[in-house]
Amino acid sequence: MLKEKSAAIHSVCFHCGDKVLEDSFQTDLKTFCCAGCKAVYSILSKHNLSSYYVYNDVPGQTQKGIKQNLEYLDVEEISAKLVDYQDDQITIITFYIPAIHCSSCIWLLENLHELLPSVLKSRIDFLKKQVNITFKNEATTLKNIVELLASIGYDPLISLQDVVKEKTTNLADRDLLSKIAVAGFCFGNVMLLSFPDYFGLGDFEKVYARFFGWLNLAFSIPVVLYSGRDYFISAWNNLKAGRLNLDFPLALGIAVMFLRSLYEITTHTGAGFMDTLCGLIFFLQIGKWMQQRTFHHISFERDYRSYFPVAVTIIKDGIEKSVPLAALKIGDRILVRSMEIIPADAILLKGTAEIDFSFVTGESEPIMKSLGEIVYAGGRQTTGIIEMEVLKPVSQSYLTQLWNNDAFLKPKNGIKTFSDTASKYFSFALLSIAIASATYWLFQDSNRAMASFTAVLIIACPCALALSSPFTLAAVISIFDKNGLYLKNNAVVEELAKIDTYVFDKTGTITSPQAASVSFNGEINDGQRQQICDLARNSGHPLSRELTKHISLKEKFIACYYTEKIGRGISGIVDGNHVKLGSSAFLGLPLIDSFEQTSVHVMIDEKYLGYFKFNQPWRKGFKNVAQRLNNQADLHLLSGDRDHDKASLIPFFTSASKMHFEQSPQNKLEYILNLQNAKRKVLMFGDGLNDSGALKQSDLGIAITDNINNFTPGCDAVLDGKSFQKIPMFIQQAKDAVKVIHFSFAISLTYNIVGLFFAVQGLLSPLIAAILMPVSTITIILFTTLAVSAFARKNNLI
Amino acid sequence: MNILFFLIGCSILLALIFLAAFFWAMRSGQNDDTYTPSVRILFDDEVIDPVKKIGDKDHI
Repeated sequence: MLKEKSAAIHSVCFHCGDKVLEDSFQTDLKTFCCAGCKAVYSILSKHNLSSYYVYNDVPGQTQKGIKQNLEYLDVEEISAKLVDYQDDQITIITFYIPAIHCSSCIWLLENLHELLPSVLKSRIDFLKKQVNITFKNEATTLKNIVELLASIGYDPLISLQDVVKEKTTNLADRDLLSKIAVAGFCFGNVMLLSFPDYFGLGDFEKVYARFFGWLNLAFSIPVVLYSGRDYFISAWNNLKAGRLNLDFPLALGIAVMFLRSLYEITTHTGAGFMDTLCGLIFFLQIGKWMQQRTFHHISFERDYRSYFPVAVTIIKDGIEKSVPLAALKIGDRILVRSMEIIPADAILLKGTAEIDFSFVTGESEPIMKSLGEIVYAGGRQTTGIIEMEVLKPVSQSYLTQLWNNDAFLKPKNGIKTFSDTASKYFSFALLSIAIASATYWLFQDSNRAMASFTAVLIIACPCALALSSPFTLAAVISIFDKNGLYLKNNAVVEELAKIDTYVFDKTGTITSPQAASVSFNGEINDGQRQQICDLARNSGHPLSRELTKHISLKEKFIACYYTEKIGRGISGIVDGNHVKLGSSAFLGLPLIDSFEQTSVHVMIDEKYLGYFKFNQPWRKGFKNVAQRLNNQADLHLLSGDRDHDKASLIPFFTSASKMHFEQSPQNKLEYILNLQNAKRKVLMFGDGLNDSGALKQSDLGIAITDNINNFTPGCDAVLDGKSFQKIPMFIQQAKDAVKVIHFSFAISLTYNIVGLFFAVQGLLSPLIAAILMPVSTITIILFTTLAVSAFARKNNLI
Repeated sequence: MNILFFLIGCSILLALIFLAAFFWAMRSGQNDDTYTPSVRILFDDEVIDPVKKIGDKDHI
């Protein structure tokens, strides 16, 4: 077994599982794909940490990426902002490490002290992908720690904004849990103490009944004053703002129930409703907990600061120095290394700039800049080191000034959920029934007026109603989560159901960032491949570039007599052979261009060899998604790119007037605003920084990414690129979820009406209340959970 | 039957101890991360001797 395995492993890297292309990286009979993976293995085996490879097969991450420059971690004003705690002896810091993905990662990172003894403690929070490290100051520095992590393949993502989760979320969580614990504790005890009363007590047991009553009262005080406090605060705040939300009838119900029970217990006229009251608050808190559960591993609030580097290298008097991003001034001379991001609008002074703006403008091809040209911030330098002079401070550059727009200054309009709307009418209806029945009894039998008034408010306390939305939406969210759509909060589901206009970005959103797949139909040998590659290298046409990238052979021959017929093909003499690449018409072949995919035909020395087939680089299932969405809504395209794909996109967007190219981030935002002014509910799909404005302005912004650990701009939901074809199903599921909510509202209203039947007659006994409340709650929980999963099955999401 | 008062007092006291235990657990951060400890408990205490072979049975 072991033998078979090592044979199988031979072709993949022992560390990261990537394919091994050359045999030059070997040690201890193990093969690696690159020097990086081999180095990580050597470090680990030197420190007796090979168990890393025991817990999982190929636990590592590929080390082919480029290592960051970490000089800035020695700058005190930067490191002070990053650490959690620091004194003379120790420093505590939390890092976000996207590479954490399996149990081996936990094991290795919690054994960091084996690699560096000055690390006192390291603890992982796996779901948040965070590691909390305590180390001794005298023996090591922050920079050493980060270098150590990087050397074993766990580069932390360091940013000054929203990467490491705030401690405050933990505290809020704990607060709610304490409230649930108190409510649950009291609920259990009150239930026990109330039971004897339901079965009827003999005369001689009356003394116990009073004792139990007082105990119940004691237990319910912390429940009302501590666990139920939020409902009073929320109801009061909303009332002051002139709104009636669901918290109002809840607070009213709680208050009335408590006061009436207090009266009954102190005057020995009844047993009170303490068990119903405690149960109500307990269930409500659980509903709240369901609502607040969030996905710790994804961040929805990122802006340009988490995309940009923390620090920049500037050159002052010939000396390189790291400064924090915010301290960058006009006129500073900065140094940008290969694969680093240009932090501010600047003039190119030295070096060859070939800059990839795909994330900023949507333009897919890297752009060459010549000396003296202005380079806008946000692009990524792809070749070598360049020096530039800063023209504008970071916050006012072409890209970042987008964040000064109104859309970012005011919070997104609170999404009005169905339960908000319904609760307004509910509160009115409830109050009028209570007053009407009280008035009726005032004339009939004034003793029962108060009883019926309070009974109505108690029985109609909308517990089941309040739980309908949280339980339905929580069930939907967890189904979405398993399918690769991560929502910021519950309300997004309801918003998704209302959308009637979809706007897509192009590059990275509907096109797959991975290169188009290219395949050759026909017979071809390596020499011919070399010739094709050397010819295609001369052309700037996207297909030629793809072809060069696909064959990727080093330049061997120089093409002579090179000619290019724009949009048709290229030809030239390579290594003495006449090579022609292009459409079938260009090669003088009979018209065989009826292929679905784009194709490039090959002819060498007047002999037809076959053709390269380019599969459209659209995301998998885009055609199907567009068709299904077109049936029910309006589709628009906003691209920062030039319009070379216009013709092939027409079938998806029905008319050219819905497709807009060369759009600046500001244009995109305004386009969404115009749609909204025409009373549209707009959903924006985007991926880059240039979509940030549009994502923020739209009613619902969804960021698409192929790796959820990568940077995504601020949004309401993050969609894994692999789940792109499921978009119509998600939308259908959201619509079904709204149906489930409506239906469960109907169910809980039915329970309320049954209860009201007793209540208006002033006949409500504690026993009826104690039965009706939990039964209705459990019905709702069961119904919503089962209905949501039934719909999910229908929509093929489980 | 006065023993009932005593017994109820005892049971409430016991329940309060459990409530206090829950609060202690939460304050000490045991509810903050409910996933990682479930993995951590499966690791061996000692770092494995490098000479020892890596067997298939060791895979979790």
